[in-house]
Amino acid sequence: MTTTIGLEIHVQLATRTKMFCGCSTTFGDEPNTHVCPVCLGLPGALPTLNAEAVHLAITLAMALGCEVHEVSEFSRKNYFYPDLPKSYQITQFDRPIATVGSVPIVTERGARSIRLTRAHIEEDAGKSMHVADITLGGETLVDFNRCGMPLIEIVTEPDMQSGDEAYEFLRNLRRLVRWLGVSSGDMEKGAMRCDVNVSVSPDPALRGTKVEIKNLNSFRSVKRAIDYEEQRQAQCLGGGTSIVSETRHFDEVQGTTTVMRSKEASNDYRYFPEPDLPLLQLDSTELESLRAQMPELPWEMQSRFERDLGLSPYDAALLTEERSTAEFFQQTIALYNNPKKAASYMGTEVARLLNERGKTLSETQLTPAALAGLLTMVENNTISNTASKDVLPLLVDTGVTPAEAVKNLGLEQVSDASAIKDYACEVIAENATQVEQFKSGKEAVLGFLVGQLMKKSKGKANPKLAGEVLRTLLKS
Amino acid sequence: MSSKLPHTLEQYRHAVHAHELSAEEYLDETRQCIEHGDPQVRAFLHLRLDAARSDAQATNPLSPLAGAPIAIKDNIMVAGERCTCGSQILEHYVAPYSATAVVSLLAAGAVIPGKTNCDEFAMGSSTENSAFFPTHNPADLTRVPGGSSGGSAAAVAAGFALGAIGSDTGGSVRQPAAFCGVVGFKPTYGLVSRYGLVAFGSSLDCIGPITRTVRDAAIMMNIMAVHDPKDATSVKRPHVDFEATLQPTLTGKRVGIIRELQRLDVQPEIAAAMEAARKAAVRSGASIVDVSLPHILSALPVYYIIAPAECSANLGRFDGVRYGLHVDGRNMTETYSRTRNAGFGTEVKRRILIGAFVLSAGYYDAYYKKATSVRQLITDELEQALQSADVLLTPTTPTTAFRIGAVTDPLEMYKADVFTIPADLAGVPAISFPAGKDAAGLPIGLQLMGPRWSDADVLSSANVIFTALGGES
Ligand SMILES: [Zn+2]
Repeated sequence: MTTTIGLEIHVQLATRTKMFCGCSTTFGDEPNTHVCPVCLGLPGALPTLNAEAVHLAITLAMALGCEVHEVSEFSRKNYFYPDLPKSYQITQFDRPIATVGSVPIVTERGARSIRLTRAHIEEDAGKSMHVADITLGGETLVDFNRCGMPLIEIVTEPDMQSGDEAYEFLRNLRRLVRWLGVSSGDMEKGAMRCDVNVSVSPDPALRGTKVEIKNLNSFRSVKRAIDYEEQRQAQCLGGGTSIVSETRHFDEVQGTTTVMRSKEASNDYRYFPEPDLPLLQLDSTELESLRAQMPELPWEMQSRFERDLGLSPYDAALLTEERSTAEFFQQTIALYNNPKKAASYMGTEVARLLNERGKTLSETQLTPAALAGLLTMVENNTISNTASKDVLPLLVDTGVTPAEAVKNLGLEQVSDASAIKDYACEVIAENATQVEQFKSGKEAVLGFLVGQLMKKSKGKANPKLAGEVLRTLLKS
Repeated sequence: MSSKLPHTLEQYRHAVHAHELSAEEYLDETRQCIEHGDPQVRAFLHLRLDAARSDAQATNPLSPLAGAPIAIKDNIMVAGERCTCGSQILEHYVAPYSATAVVSLLAAGAVIPGKTNCDEFAMGSSTENSAFFPTHNPADLTRVPGGSSGGSAAAVAAGFALGAIGSDTGGSVRQPAAFCGVVGFKPTYGLVSRYGLVAFGSSLDCIGPITRTVRDAAIMMNIMAVHDPKDATSVKRPHVDFEATLQPTLTGKRVGIIRELQRLDVQPEIAAAMEAARKAAVRSGASIVDVSLPHILSALPVYYIIAPAECSANLGRFDGVRYGLHVDGRNMTETYSRTRNAGFGTEVKRRILIGAFVLSAGYYDAYYKKATSVRQLITDELEQALQSADVLLTPTTPTTAFRIGAVTDPLEMYKADVFTIPADLAGVPAISFPAGKDAAGLPIGLQLMGPRWSDADVLSSANVIFTALGGES
């Protein structure tokens, strides 16, 4: 059985105001507080295009490698629903702002590119809330705060073959939208939504019947729904039942899909060009300047980190998950020229502290200069690696310089051979058994003796030097 | 109204600026006139005469309109006033904001005596499609005032207001102006903001003035022709003073006569008025040119595809969910259907159905798409004709005002717009001005059209012919 998967993703553009009016896009406020005649579709009101939304849409489309069209057109998509106050949605149909494009993904099957069909701008509908409580005014209430929010809809080619691939595609797309600042990518807040088309066919050369799945509220749901649907369709086909072209609803609790409506009963949306908005004409010089401002993309940076800096795939992925982290890392290695060490330190010690504090890097006091300074001190043996773990929390929480922190904590590493010799003599005197073992050839005991020395020095002794001094004394 | 009182906006403005008349005094006269005449004419759906009087008291006498009463068609928003669009579905709807054109008029010192009757959602040519009552033509109360802005035209003709605004989608300002014997101007699409005008055919709708003289239309255009960032189809243009650019003659102007329209059947007195206007134009220094627009007669069918298509989407919002009439059903679909069935009149339903049909899958290409390409063809032909002529002269209507109830076939009614529709399809400015009367004493209107953005020129040329035919300058 061959599975074919295509996605339709709605990404909410991170503008300050809605797509066609001046209302705020703030999420989570009292229902119907961010509304006006335009987004409520009151008689006589007219839409005006939000230039910021267009700007963000172009930025994302360019990053997706799309062809961005200098002329595109808005259309009306007509249907009746209580959360659609004009009875039509302003969207793009015949002439979208962008076509083609691709997103790279890496799964167990290796690196691939998922092709995109198109990307277009549209407005969101309001939110229907079904309430059982009759005292709240009946069965259905509508919040129009979301109505008119700017969206970009991205449609993929049917290029994915498993739930894992779809999951990976979405993860990478979310990383990109956050990276570019075009969206929060937050699926829980509805800033990213996804419909899935799945078809299963016994013949790899033939495409099966397409089934659409809706109500997918997380990346995990997308994967679960696809996995379930793959099985269900394969079972149907195996049992001689044919697949019906229909829209199915994913049940989060059961992990199953159920029929919502058949495709035959689907709406005729009677699309036609939106007469209230002129053709969207983009200035070619403006497009060029947007292209010039395009930052290095996360997947480009990730492979550069592996290729040019020799980072492990794990570290490269971790550091390019967020643009601020990647920038922090780049600034750090500009001051401390050991990318692999910096990467692993960020991936372990720094990550652990952030995790404990429940903060992101930018929410702490840590600066690239401080981290580079700390790593340099370890490198120069000014402090031990162990001692650095005591210094880091100060840098993270208070913003003092590494030098100040080391001084405050009294952690300068002792690299003075005579001081270390005193500790070494004491250790030899107090651990006769281990000294005997060493002398009889059990060299591994040296580690224990170094540990004892470090304890005496309260961790300040240079461990490498301590080992050398002990060995010399023991061998003499 | 006593004869010493100003008859035009221009005279009124002069009298108030010269302190010979106060806005309150004039409004009191207007009130008497309305209270005496409107029970017969029925131009207004809602009056606000007490509020208008306090507004008049508060106006600056030196403002451009200085408290002049201007009536507003009831499909244009005036904050705090009802806006019914002549429809049951919005019978109790109160506008939460004012249309941009209304804001401009109020800022210029206009006072609003009331909202005028119209065909439901501006769909009609007689104001008989108002859900509330028909308006009567002040020239003959047994006749229609035309439509859809029939209330506005009747109000100006009857002396209930010095000017009015209406909306023109297929001739709805010009045709009633012709029937009532007043001036109606449809500006270039994009010159006056549509914000706050309840949409019928969005790519066609224009707000325009209805006045007693061409000069008064120019005065109102000076106030309403402002770029509006709230309307994406409003166009930023260099400032033009439409009144100051009125010229005394037509020297050097070429007046075009459209060959294909000459062949249409028109009432003999209207043909005679055309001839008189032609001669007056020549006397005023114009030359007459013959122009051909091979596809102009397709304008009517094209219009009756495009306007219904747009209206089918525009009127979808009246679903009883958020405002307006609501009739409960057993489920959502039935509630929609019952609400809309009870709220809309026959003509509106007919156009919504036509519109939904021409946009539906499988018919879109044959109807809507075809209509838009023929629309472009007509626009191109008109543009080309307007290279060999500066303005085009046509009758505004094939007949003078017909009797109330006389036209029952919708196709016959649609034909009343045959001369006015081309200007809407092409988005060009067009004006109807009074040009005499027929044997029954009913007003005749003639129309001038010009290229896009030649509004000042169209007003100026119309003013010359209008005054040459005996109109007030
Ligand atoms: Zn809004």
